[in-house]
Amino acid sequence: MKNNSLESSQRRTMIITYAALIIGALIMVFPFIWMILTSFKTVAESNAVPPVIFPKAFRWENFKEAVTSLPFLKLYLNTALMILFRVICAVAFSSMAGYAFAMLEFRGKKLLFGIVLVQMSLPSQIFIIPQYQMVAKMGLANTIFALVFPGIVSAFGVFFLRQTYLGIPKEIGEAAYLDGCNQWQTFYKVMFPLTGTSVAALTIFTAVFAYSDLMWPLVVNSDLNMMTLSSGLATLRGQFSTNFPILMAGSLLAMLPMVILYLIFQRQFIEGIASTGGK
Amino acid sequence: MNNKLSPAARREENWGWIMVAPTIIGLIVLNLWPFVQTIYTSFCEHLGFGHYKFIGIGNFIRMFENAEFWRATWNTILFCILTVPVGLFLSLLVAMLLNAKIKFKGGFRTIFFLPMVCAPAAVTMVWRFIFNGEYGILNSIFGTEIGWITDPKFVMVSCAIVAIWSNIGYDAVLLLAGLQNIPKTLYEANSIDGAGKVKQFFTITLPMVSPTLFVVMIMRLMSAVKVYDLIYMMVEETNPAVTSVQSLMYLFYRSSFVAGERGYGSAIVIWTVLLIGMVTVIQFYGQKKWVNYDV
Repeated sequence: MKNNSLESSQRRTMIITYAALIIGALIMVFPFIWMILTSFKTVAESNAVPPVIFPKAFRWENFKEAVTSLPFLKLYLNTALMILFRVICAVAFSSMAGYAFAMLEFRGKKLLFGIVLVQMSLPSQIFIIPQYQMVAKMGLANTIFALVFPGIVSAFGVFFLRQTYLGIPKEIGEAAYLDGCNQWQTFYKVMFPLTGTSVAALTIFTAVFAYSDLMWPLVVNSDLNMMTLSSGLATLRGQFSTNFPILMAGSLLAMLPMVILYLIFQRQFIEGIASTGGK
Repeated sequence: MNNKLSPAARREENWGWIMVAPTIIGLIVLNLWPFVQTIYTSFCEHLGFGHYKFIGIGNFIRMFENAEFWRATWNTILFCILTVPVGLFLSLLVAMLLNAKIKFKGGFRTIFFLPMVCAPAAVTMVWRFIFNGEYGILNSIFGTEIGWITDPKFVMVSCAIVAIWSNIGYDAVLLLAGLQNIPKTLYEANSIDGAGKVKQFFTITLPMVSPTLFVVMIMRLMSAVKVYDLIYMMVEETNPAVTSVQSLMYLFYRSSFVAGERGYGSAIVIWTVLLIGMVTVIQFYGQKKWVNYDV
């Protein structure tokens, strides 16, 4: 009898848990579903009151119109190149510095690591005006280089990879060193390959961060052909303030590559971004 | 000391310097020097084309006498108050639900985390539509006629909702990791005592997860003080409600890059850094009262 009531109370808890999760999940996906449905509607359908849920016919023209108003191919390319170069820089320079700060003894180490910590604790906006002026002075506004510029070094990456190297036993490096590797070979051939998970996490973090960033690309590249997906969308918003089907089609096109990557590499994305937690 | 180094230690030191060199040079050029320049610029008037004239504390006086600036400061604080506690509460709730023995745990986690990989510029677009006063579905559902993003009374709440929605999954994943570190034996010992679920939450779960909660809270506060992209995308400059929701970083962007007043903009960003500093200090004193590090 007593056992029975315990079971039924457990079942009740389970039902409440599932119900809460399903309602939560519906709230989370609703905007995405609404975006997809709207992107296929006519303006009349999207503006109808009471709302039309499903479009009568799938209007692919909205996507065509979005692509003709914004040079999407260029935006994809610009965003991809920005991400690529930022990731290469972040991984290469942060691995080297992270290794040195964790494993090597050299004078000035504490002071130099202090610079890394100071940068991490300041908001990036405090650097933006001078960074912009540097790019402008070099005559490099409206280039891929300008998009990459503030991400050439990553203080966060250094901090994060230093933690990783601190977690690797020093003996491994010492053994390699005794086997005749010099410091560079020890780093490059022995230690760096051990940090794969962290490097993947830093890669994902850097990519998502660069992809989402809005203020810097907006400031530095005003030429429509040199914008990123994010700053391009900001322009599209101004162009079609209430033509929601085209705005939704454009947003969907901008989101699609990252969402597809996310769905393929879910675990790496979630665990990677979570392990870089903070920032 | 220098002369006493063995050849091996000397080589190690050289390698150390070489390997940190790209990072350090980069940080000096891209961050340290710009930081100094921004401080200097905040005491200058921008004459155009990157030329400046030193004017002392003029920008700060102008800033402190400006109602729009104080409104932006208040908006920023209000945004923190509206998003951080509710966001943390809901994230903890989601984390606890995901921590139960359920099916499709991975599927739920993927859904809740989804906004994290979508650019704010893209997701705010659909929220603008949902909140739209004339055609938005929210008014249709509730039978209201509220201008969610054009009415000064509602615009901040609307932006806060989008911010909470965007961050819930990410915070929940971090908190879930904290929850999973709580030893199951603690709960077993407690359930023999016959303690209720609510009591269990306050005596075991909350104290044990408080260090993670603190980290997530600090992170959330820091990014809330710096909020810009979400509000900028939700409420464009021509929206009459913009002053009711404009954050400090939004004002910074408009002053520096739309109006071209980079001296004044620098003063605003310096003020924001001071605000972040104050929040940090308060937090680190406050944490002693509720964060449990005895585990």
